[in-house]
Amino acid sequence: MLRRRLNRWFGGEDRRVDSRTIYVGHRPCPANEVFIPPKFCDNRIVSSKYTVWNFLPKNLFEQFRRIANFYFLIIFLVQVRASFVCMPTQTVISDIIFFKIRTSWLPLVFLTVLICSQGYEDWLRHKADNEVNKYRVTVLEDGRRIQKESEKIKVGDVLEVDEDETFPCDLILLQSSRDDGTCFVTTASLDGESNHKTHYTVPDTERDVESLNATIECEQPQPDLYKFVGRMHIYKNNEEPTLRSLGPENLLLKGATLKNTQSICGVAVYTGMETKMALNYQGKSQKRSVVEKSINAFLLVYLCILVSKALVCTTLKYVWQSKPGQDEPWYNEKTLKEKETNRYLNMFTDFLSFMVLFNFIIPVSMYVTVEMQKFLGSFFISWDKDFFDSEIEEGALVNTSDLNEELGQVEYVFTDKTGTLTQNNMEFIECCIDGHQYKYRDASSEVDGFCVTDGPMNTVQQKAGRVSVVEREELFLRALCLCHTVQVDGLMVDGQVVPPLQEQRGFIASSPDEIALVQGAMRYGFTFLGLESKTMKILNRTNDVEMYELLHVLNFDPVRRRMSVIVRSISGETLLFCKGADSSIFPRVKQEEVEKIRMHVERNATDGYRTLCVAYKHLTPEEYDQVDSGLREARLALQDREEKLMAVYNQVETGMNLIGATAVEDRLQEEAAETMEALQGAGIKVWVLTGDKMETAKSTCYACRLFKRNTELLELTVRTLEYPGKRREDRLHDLLLEYHKKTVQDGVGGNSLTKNNINGATLSMVLNSSSENNLHDYKDLFLQICQNCTSVLCCRMAPLQKAQIVKMVKNSKGSPITLSVGDGANDVSMILEAHVGIGIKGKEGRQAVRNSDYAIPKLKHLKKLLLAHGHLYYVRIAHLVQYFFYKNLCFILPQFLYQFFCGCSQQPLYDAAYLTMYNICFTSMPILAYSLFEQHISIEMLLENATLYRQIGKNAMLRWGPFLYWTLLGVFHGLVFFFGVWFLFSNPALQDNGQAFGNWSYGTIVFTILVFTVTLKLALDTRHWTWINHFVIWGSLAFYVFFSFFWGGVIWPFLRQQRLYFVFANMLSSVSAWLVIIVLILLSLLPEILYVVLRKPRGPYARQVVL
Amino acid sequence: MFRVSVLQTTDVIPSKEKSRCGRVGGVSRSEKMVKQESESANRPDNTAFTQQRLPAWQPILSAGIVIPGFVLIGLAFIGIGVALLVTSRSIQVLELDYTGDGNGSPCSSCSQSTTVNCKCSLNFTLDTLFQGPVFFYYGLSNYFQNYRRYGASKDDNQLYGDLSYFTSPSSSCSPYDYDGSKNPIVPCGSIANSMFNDTFTLTRTVSGKTDSVPLDGKGIAWWTDYNVKYRNPSVTPLKNAFNGTVKPIDWAKPAYELDTSDASNNGFVNQDFLVWMRRAALPNFRKLYRRIDASGDYQNGLPAGNYTIDITYNYPVRVFNGAKKVVFSNVSWMGGKNEFLGIAYLVIGSLCVVMSVVMLIVYAKFKFPDEE
Repeated sequence: MLRRRLNRWFGGEDRRVDSRTIYVGHRPCPANEVFIPPKFCDNRIVSSKYTVWNFLPKNLFEQFRRIANFYFLIIFLVQVRASFVCMPTQTVISDIIFFKIRTSWLPLVFLTVLICSQGYEDWLRHKADNEVNKYRVTVLEDGRRIQKESEKIKVGDVLEVDEDETFPCDLILLQSSRDDGTCFVTTASLDGESNHKTHYTVPDTERDVESLNATIECEQPQPDLYKFVGRMHIYKNNEEPTLRSLGPENLLLKGATLKNTQSICGVAVYTGMETKMALNYQGKSQKRSVVEKSINAFLLVYLCILVSKALVCTTLKYVWQSKPGQDEPWYNEKTLKEKETNRYLNMFTDFLSFMVLFNFIIPVSMYVTVEMQKFLGSFFISWDKDFFDSEIEEGALVNTSDLNEELGQVEYVFTDKTGTLTQNNMEFIECCIDGHQYKYRDASSEVDGFCVTDGPMNTVQQKAGRVSVVEREELFLRALCLCHTVQVDGLMVDGQVVPPLQEQRGFIASSPDEIALVQGAMRYGFTFLGLESKTMKILNRTNDVEMYELLHVLNFDPVRRRMSVIVRSISGETLLFCKGADSSIFPRVKQEEVEKIRMHVERNATDGYRTLCVAYKHLTPEEYDQVDSGLREARLALQDREEKLMAVYNQVETGMNLIGATAVEDRLQEEAAETMEALQGAGIKVWVLTGDKMETAKSTCYACRLFKRNTELLELTVRTLEYPGKRREDRLHDLLLEYHKKTVQDGVGGNSLTKNNINGATLSMVLNSSSENNLHDYKDLFLQICQNCTSVLCCRMAPLQKAQIVKMVKNSKGSPITLSVGDGANDVSMILEAHVGIGIKGKEGRQAVRNSDYAIPKLKHLKKLLLAHGHLYYVRIAHLVQYFFYKNLCFILPQFLYQFFCGCSQQPLYDAAYLTMYNICFTSMPILAYSLFEQHISIEMLLENATLYRQIGKNAMLRWGPFLYWTLLGVFHGLVFFFGVWFLFSNPALQDNGQAFGNWSYGTIVFTILVFTVTLKLALDTRHWTWINHFVIWGSLAFYVFFSFFWGGVIWPFLRQQRLYFVFANMLSSVSAWLVIIVLILLSLLPEILYVVLRKPRGPYARQVVL
Repeated sequence: MFRVSVLQTTDVIPSKEKSRCGRVGGVSRSEKMVKQESESANRPDNTAFTQQRLPAWQPILSAGIVIPGFVLIGLAFIGIGVALLVTSRSIQVLELDYTGDGNGSPCSSCSQSTTVNCKCSLNFTLDTLFQGPVFFYYGLSNYFQNYRRYGASKDDNQLYGDLSYFTSPSSSCSPYDYDGSKNPIVPCGSIANSMFNDTFTLTRTVSGKTDSVPLDGKGIAWWTDYNVKYRNPSVTPLKNAFNGTVKPIDWAKPAYELDTSDASNNGFVNQDFLVWMRRAALPNFRKLYRRIDASGDYQNGLPAGNYTIDITYNYPVRVFNGAKKVVFSNVSWMGGKNEFLGIAYLVIGSLCVVMSVVMLIVYAKFKFPDEE
């Protein structure tokens, strides 16, 4: 939106809306007659939600969006108003006022605490923002170095950044302290790739940054981290401006860190909220669990019950009063004020009084208890020693306790691949040269490092006899050493033969496979020494240094799925080495070589290894010149640069000779396969969303048993879309329909084990197509297909695309609960988007952990987190919620029924102390203990039987069925309590001395039955009696008895009415009261006991009997 | 040659771990090992509590426990129910309505006139001995003592004998807090004002001779009400405490004259007053009026004979369709006559037994595998 607004502002000035012009160092350029300093947003980062001015209104609005909070506000206002303004209700208030006002303050206090804590959180965010915004940066202005605050950076400023500093905004690299015009950057906090990336300066700018006179024309900000197109006009002393193309390799992103480079200079192109990082940042919205939504729904039902109760009572009151002599009998005259008040106003105040009387039905204390349960319960996660990983010395981390129960409801797991499923730790396993397999074995067991395990000529003698074989081997190893973008870390002694035994040699590369390959080559005697001013040095087997001039790097890209280098050897030979996926190499090499290698590649792929094929080609000088000019031309193009480059690449990479193939193992995380199997057993669908290539991702999926050999793969990739004679959109449409038919229509039968994989480019077509094509909603089709597959793999996902996928599933029919697991910063958006975000405490980067709701050290911990903790928490909190509604219903129902017998006069049945203490002291502790310690099924059992997880799926315990059951139970109990005692009071002379009981005795008997019944009901539900449960359940019953004695045993000086004085003790002196209490408790619990006994025992997971 | 060179390199090739370490540049392996050995501070406590492994009792309501349990409970309940029912049946109750609705009823003239202290009498005959101790109740119906406004309309501080509340009664007593000329009413409030003021005397006619039955008005109110909750101000004579106050509007005499014969039954601690002040729970209620003094002829209760209740009829109930009655009843250990409890116990007891039989059948038919 900002961009659009920006465009609108400058639309008139800019000729092209899609680009922006930046004056490097704000120096006017000779070419432009007028220098209009363009306006861009400043470099402030705002992640906070509120400002001082809008905090209160905005936060209050957010708070009152919760129904409960809004209700509590209303009730509070009613009570305050009633007690201060409205006399008629004053008496009912004064009945309850002593405690009730305090209890209705309770939610308000609760709310205040909530608001304060959110204010504090936002203040922290402000502080963090400030820290970033006030960070001192060095700006080069007119040849001077000026320290500035980061937020004051303007587009066009030239900045200097030192090693290990983070770039304050998106910069175009102008000058680097390294003499080869490169710098190293790690973007761990942006996309999770921790390796060092090489960025290049713009040619010709290195020397004279201070006097550089240039403009940069580049596209408007966009969130794609890997895309950047621009060009730079460099003006030199009235010469014709030189034109340089700019690509992502020239752009340093805000949030990335400078490594291994002393300092760089760059010009700011995007600042503040327009940086790619900010555009990729998704605000952390408050996540609400499905349980909370259920609570809200139930709350609405109870609000309706409450209002209808109040309405019924008000109506009945006036019906009753209309009978002669009832409105104002001589013994009960109205006060003057009551008489004078308008009848309708009276009705209204009566209605409000009933609301106040019955408002205990809405359990305020439930919110407190739920919060406490969540807060305390989450400790069990962080305390769990099974989550402790001795390697990183950390256990699980709980960032949000709000979502404990959501862990038991997960239907979709979205997992990152690299670092989550795999360790991102590549190892060279074997290679295949000319159809012979070479497997590296430990030197200790085998003298020969190369061990040929198949092929016709497998003896060393024979091999040695054939010189060409050795040559091929060496060529292959040279190719491995040359065809990569690996950098050598550490000092290089110029020109010297570095001893080959550098133990601490480290390699830096954008892809860990490359390191593995280079290391593999090193093992076989070819050591890559480094790249120095376009010269690659290799130490060969005879300890000679071979030098190659690096002419071009044909970068890897996901569509070509290969990369090449063009080098010139000392002898002047120009060679092209290419490595890439088999599917992309095989068509481009001489066909007779393919078959020998294809077999190996396929077998390796089946083993879950990542395979690469290596090929080479001699380039004649003419050929090279053609290529060279083609590449240079394409690189300068501002438009369609990629297509043009691609064309040149494709043209070069043909007719190559296949040398061999490599197999690299990307090791899986511990127990990754077991975890995935357990999750699938639990009925959870696992989607792998990765930024990685499809082949590698696929092999990982096979390795961790997400894909199985015999299942059908439905592919939806750019390749499958390329179909002669058809537009991509049409082909996509056809494919989608075909797959849809397979999965949705026929899939119900046998073909349920299909997997899907999609890649990013296709995805964006799917997601964006709905606007182009109104007839077919691809998104729906796509979703239906995916939801019918057991597992889905999405490759080449940008961070935002991951989030899009999650969002799409989240918003699909039935709004399934989603969970995202990831370890890198590129997973942050999906972690934030999903209902539950899990961060893996990987070795690098804390971004995911910080933004997650839960962080665990390893993927394998996910199993216990979901199957055991999630399951238990869900059962606990679901029971807690239902129980709370139930116990308040049967608490307030007798009070409601009593209105029919007291002329609907708002007479409370229970004493104010009981009204208040019921939820706070008498019945809250047992349920809290239950909701913390209950294990209806033991943890071991839960872990062993993943299928148990399905039982609580789809919010099973909080659907309307169980809710109705609990409500009916509450109604039944309420009726039993009230009418049981009502029958007893047909003769109120219940003592053996003939004395009669009054109304407070009535209420106390009902209340005693109530407290005992609801507590014993909970005791019946408790399956796991720890000493704490015993203590709390029996303790709160004892406390009730003790409190009643105490409360009724003293004349309280601060109470105006001593209505409960000795009522409880007197009640206990009556045998009838005892008998009625016992019989009614038993009657209330009978159905429950029957239900428990007659319920069919549950198969293999029935609890073990420990009696 | 090939082999030799390989040998050389393989010997010295850095392990994968080392090279990675170098790349990461972080803590070296050996340092980490040392750190690990010294017990990590982050390691969660391995206690039963934190690991959710507290020893727990896991009861299961199996048929083997529930069926015998139900049978036992059922039998016990049936036993109690029978005892209750027998006891309740043995309690004698005599109820006599004296509202005077119908023309034939003895008090109809009084119910229609507004005469103060209108006299009427009820006759009844006992054929057998009415087993003592006999309690004499009055009962009111359709009378809402549990009406909220009514129930709140009293001042406990006043009734506790606090003189400061005599002159300024609580506003909750309104409209019975001040009379027309702004004098404070003591005791204030609707409850006190509406105190039941019919009086009864019971006489027995034995062979033409009338004999007044001794009635005992002591101990009809709750002990704590009489001794603790209600107190007269410690002013002697009591009358002086009421200076500057007026009696409740509907009272015939002020509080300090409720029982002039007995100081301990006067003022706020008058037993009839106390009984009235304990509000009934339901609109149809009875309150204890007197006990038949177990002395002389009435040692064992009311002997057979003809009795007359002389009623001083003051209390108007017909305006709100109420009814008045007198009730004679004796009590047992369970209190007054109440069949509900006995029936409830019998029903629930038999329910338990029936259910245990049903369960037995169910279990016999579908033997669940995990039951022993």
